[in-house]
Amino acid sequence: MKYLKIIILIIFTSSAIFAETLTANDILKKVDSNMVIEDAVSISTMTIHSRMGTRNIKSKSWIGDEEESYVEYLSPPREEGKKMLKTGDKLWIYTPEPNERIISISGHLLRQSVMGSALSYEDFMENDVLTEDYKAEIVGSDTVNSRACYVLNLEATSEDVNYHSRKVWIDKERWLPLREQRYAKSGKLLKKTEILDVFQVGERWYPKKVKFKDMLSRGEGTIMTIDSLNLDVEVPDYKFTKAALRR
Amino acid sequence: MIMVTLKLALKNILGAGLRTWLNVIILSIAFVAIIFTQGFIEGMGNAIVNDMQEMLYGGGQYWHEKYDPQNPLTIDGSHGELAPKMKNMINNDKMVPILIRSGSIYVNGNSQVIQIKGIKPEQNVIELPSEHLNTESEYIPAILGSRMADKVNLKENDQATIRWRDKDGTFDAADIEVVHIMHTSVQAIDNGQIWISISKLRSMMELGDEATLTILPQGIEAPNIVASQWLYKSPDVLLQDIQNMLKTKTAGSMFMYIVLLAMGLLAIFDTQVLAIFRRKKEIGTLIALGMTRRQTILLFTIEGALHGVLGLIVGAVYGIPAFAWIANKGIKLPDMMDQFGFALSARLYPSFGLKLLLMTTLLVLGSVTIVSFLPTRRIARLEPTEALQGRGK
Repeated sequence: MKYLKIIILIIFTSSAIFAETLTANDILKKVDSNMVIEDAVSISTMTIHSRMGTRNIKSKSWIGDEEESYVEYLSPPREEGKKMLKTGDKLWIYTPEPNERIISISGHLLRQSVMGSALSYEDFMENDVLTEDYKAEIVGSDTVNSRACYVLNLEATSEDVNYHSRKVWIDKERWLPLREQRYAKSGKLLKKTEILDVFQVGERWYPKKVKFKDMLSRGEGTIMTIDSLNLDVEVPDYKFTKAALRR
Repeated sequence: MIMVTLKLALKNILGAGLRTWLNVIILSIAFVAIIFTQGFIEGMGNAIVNDMQEMLYGGGQYWHEKYDPQNPLTIDGSHGELAPKMKNMINNDKMVPILIRSGSIYVNGNSQVIQIKGIKPEQNVIELPSEHLNTESEYIPAILGSRMADKVNLKENDQATIRWRDKDGTFDAADIEVVHIMHTSVQAIDNGQIWISISKLRSMMELGDEATLTILPQGIEAPNIVASQWLYKSPDVLLQDIQNMLKTKTAGSMFMYIVLLAMGLLAIFDTQVLAIFRRKKEIGTLIALGMTRRQTILLFTIEGALHGVLGLIVGAVYGIPAFAWIANKGIKLPDMMDQFGFALSARLYPSFGLKLLLMTTLLVLGSVTIVSFLPTRRIARLEPTEALQGRGK
């Protein structure tokens, strides 16, 4: 009995030590493995608050890997049938009849707002692996929406990232970035994101509702709501070709 | 004989009284209107070309091989290291480099895509007031054109935030202070852009001694730059679009000339036909007295052509003082002219050159003489005996 108590004590102590020694990079890896998805289909609604009022845009997305994604707009009628395809750093937009055409978006046009939202085309198609581009440092703990979080500072290790540094509040159990601040090289705060609601798909937790706010622009920001997410699908390769845009 | 014919012709048309003077006045109006319109277009062309050269094109430019001002997608990729000869010229104020990058400006939460242009504050190559970029400020000193300032609602000493990407694509942002608002007729250095110091822009973008284009001063011969990535664009090439636009404008105004001249020429033609019909007895008498048919045709043709000469004289009487006054005072252009996209000053000074005056005079006299001659060919078919009785076709 005495030995059993010692064993139990050792197990608890070692697990506590293990938890304490979780490095910033370990945390980031857990976030990546939770957030970066491959072969998935989702339906989402983007709610754009602007001076002109509030608009809801519904879309269906097919995700291949971090380099490939395909989006088709479902509503409102004005946007219905429009499609976007991203492969690598290339992006094409398809506009249906009567002005049917495919245009390539590149360079600074990728930074343009998607339909007046706080998201740029780049943000919209983003599925980046944080551990590949950033060096993380734990700077503290905090509570966001009653969830205990690690607070991490991320500094870019690659030169070709959009944001030079980020501050992220990561849920200690669900490995979700519940709050994020994205900074310019000069240290100016450019964008804030906040996960307002979450849902569970199998073993992993995923954001249900995310608020994006461009800190340099006026307005209440944009809310992206995931209506459904199917991670158990095989997206055919043809979906990520230009030919698929005209189908 | 010619003098006699001239005197006779003048006596005849002055004797016609009001009919002559109506024709003369219509011709003079056409003459003055053609000169004024053409002078206005020439003045406009001179002003545009002059302003574009002084403010933007200088004596020619060297463009980076990938630079295409018509395609904004090329802007961020079109910059390169300056050739040694170019650096020498820049150091001697014989050339000014311009670096262009895309970005966004945020004013009170409203954003707009802009081009951020870098220029050397001390340059004297173009008449852009770049010296203001040396103003002391805790922010980045920036110059805006008045159109751009109006559009983004900025005044001098106001601050705004600009956002850009460095050469690797990473976002960066900083605050600028508007140290000067320039009033320029050249929209190509105003709309959708801000000007900052080129050294600041290079450090913001992490670019070395690079530029998108360089400008030569006017009057300097373009040096032979041995660097494949820099392409020389002469002033003629740079002004090609404007010259084509002016040609189109001139061609468009031809319609108005034709209408105006046609009114005058129709009146002359009508007068000549009527004169030959009503003055058959006189024609018969002249031929009976010994004038040949050719001399009679000449008399009537001169009579018609004298309408043109009188039209020019009358036009000159009121046109010359009016043109002199307009050329001196200029014409104030309405604000809407700015929307056409031309580099036009608020006041336009028409150009009434000698070539324009001579060409218009020849055009009016030539066409009046031809129109005067055409009806007189009937005289050749008249039989003197029938003409004396006022008959004949």
